[in-house]
Amino acid sequence: MTEFFQYVVVGLANGGVYATLALALVLIHRATGIVNFAQGEMGMFCTFIAWTLITHHGVPYWGAFFLTLLIAFFGGAATYKVVIQPLSRTGELTVVMATIALLIILNGLAGWIWAPDVKFLRSPSPFPPGDHFDVGGVIVNKQDLTVIVISLICVALVFLFFRFTRLGLQMRASAVGPATSRLLGIRVAMMLGIGWGMAAMLSAVSGMLAASQLELDPNFMLIVLTYAFAAAVLGGIDSPVGSVVGAFIIGIGISLLSGYASSFLGTELQLPLSLAVLMLVLVVRPAGLFGQVVVRRV
Amino acid sequence: MALLELEKVEARYGPIRALHGVSLSVEEGQAVSLLGANGAGKTTTLRSISGTVRSTGDIAFASKRIAGRAPESIARLGIAHVPEGRGVYAELTVWENVLLGGSVRRERRAIKRDAEAALAHFPRIDSRRKQQAGTLSGGEQQMLALARALVARPRLLMLDEPSLGLAPTAVQEFYRVVRHLNQEQGLTVLVVEQNARIALASTQHAYVLEVGRVAMSGPSDELSRDEGVRASYLGY
Repeated sequence: MTEFFQYVVVGLANGGVYATLALALVLIHRATGIVNFAQGEMGMFCTFIAWTLITHHGVPYWGAFFLTLLIAFFGGAATYKVVIQPLSRTGELTVVMATIALLIILNGLAGWIWAPDVKFLRSPSPFPPGDHFDVGGVIVNKQDLTVIVISLICVALVFLFFRFTRLGLQMRASAVGPATSRLLGIRVAMMLGIGWGMAAMLSAVSGMLAASQLELDPNFMLIVLTYAFAAAVLGGIDSPVGSVVGAFIIGIGISLLSGYASSFLGTELQLPLSLAVLMLVLVVRPAGLFGQVVVRRV
Repeated sequence: MALLELEKVEARYGPIRALHGVSLSVEEGQAVSLLGANGAGKTTTLRSISGTVRSTGDIAFASKRIAGRAPESIARLGIAHVPEGRGVYAELTVWENVLLGGSVRRERRAIKRDAEAALAHFPRIDSRRKQQAGTLSGGEQQMLALARALVARPRLLMLDEPSLGLAPTAVQEFYRVVRHLNQEQGLTVLVVEQNARIALASTQHAYVLEVGRVAMSGPSDELSRDEGVRASYLGY
């Protein structure tokens, strides 16, 4: 049983990384109706910016963290304004293709700017790597705990923002009824731009948290994007709560899988196996675990 | 100078011309009906005013030219357009819907106060403010759409076929509030209706559209007394 909880704790830290990115995917899908395949690479690019600020400009970690979030916000909003909005009249498929192009461009650009050698971003945690709590035999690494706490704070802030602020309400309204919103005087294009900015910030958080556990190279977010996408779909692609729950389910699931099954399955099967489980779930519940049913009367 | 002035407004959907030069005006404090058969161009006229359909010709509101402006900036000038089908956010709660009516304004406390006041006109939805708006009946959604429009404190309220699909008692209740807003609070109203009888009874002036043109206009009570007009244009 101790072993089981050990895997769960490790899984939670991965879940936090997936949750922030999955939430970003859901935000974009609700607002723009498309999946942004470049979401992970936006986070990757931002993480390199954070690394540069810390390594080459001597900015302290948290200064770099928040500066990166600021850059991410404007980068995301600019992406909407320059790429997505002009294309949105031409149809969803075009926009999705544009995000795939963006994925490749950002990936190539990062490889070109930050030579392909492996880099490391330090953990946001004030604790040294081996530092841990011992909870009844289960080792809770303090760095993992930091990742979990930061991701939960970010997720909570996003929920509070949409639930309780006027801007959040206007953004939700713009997502569900753009035409009506314009008649009410809401600047819908601006709301969507802010949404893309916020999604980019979440991706940046996801990237910086992931980089503290992985090596930093231009491809490190691809696997995170895959799992985050799986989490979003598992939760119901339009459900923010579902995406976060889905992310933790997937994080824990992978951890258990690699813990118990790697001896006879090998680590190569981790990704395909977890995606196979996802497909099974979707066959049973096509709308995802938290797929929302909206009551309508006409 | 009238509050709203349309001068030879034309509009088209692709190759089909919907308006062939509509001219009309609405004075401050007046309630005006826009009547006519299906396809006469009533809805298109409202859409041209609120900027959701491109049009040519002159549209002036409070002495400003508004033709060609984006819907959100026209809304910010003080025109509240309750569209056909009401445009209620089914996924959001009744209270959230009403609050969103204040999107054109800044002062949060005043918006909340006005939202309370707007809901007070309709006790039936006031008691259900935490429900998803999609669970309301058609009549209740129409009331919600009107309450939401009021929170913007518009100078001009435009209603598109508010009686459509409503039970007769709901229509009466709705128009009682509209008359109250116009007569007691001086709100300027432009209402598009198929139900000519209730519209004429609730407004001072009326225009009758026929295939994209103003076929006739005059004081509402005169139009409703004129047998010929009733038979040929209003169908009752």
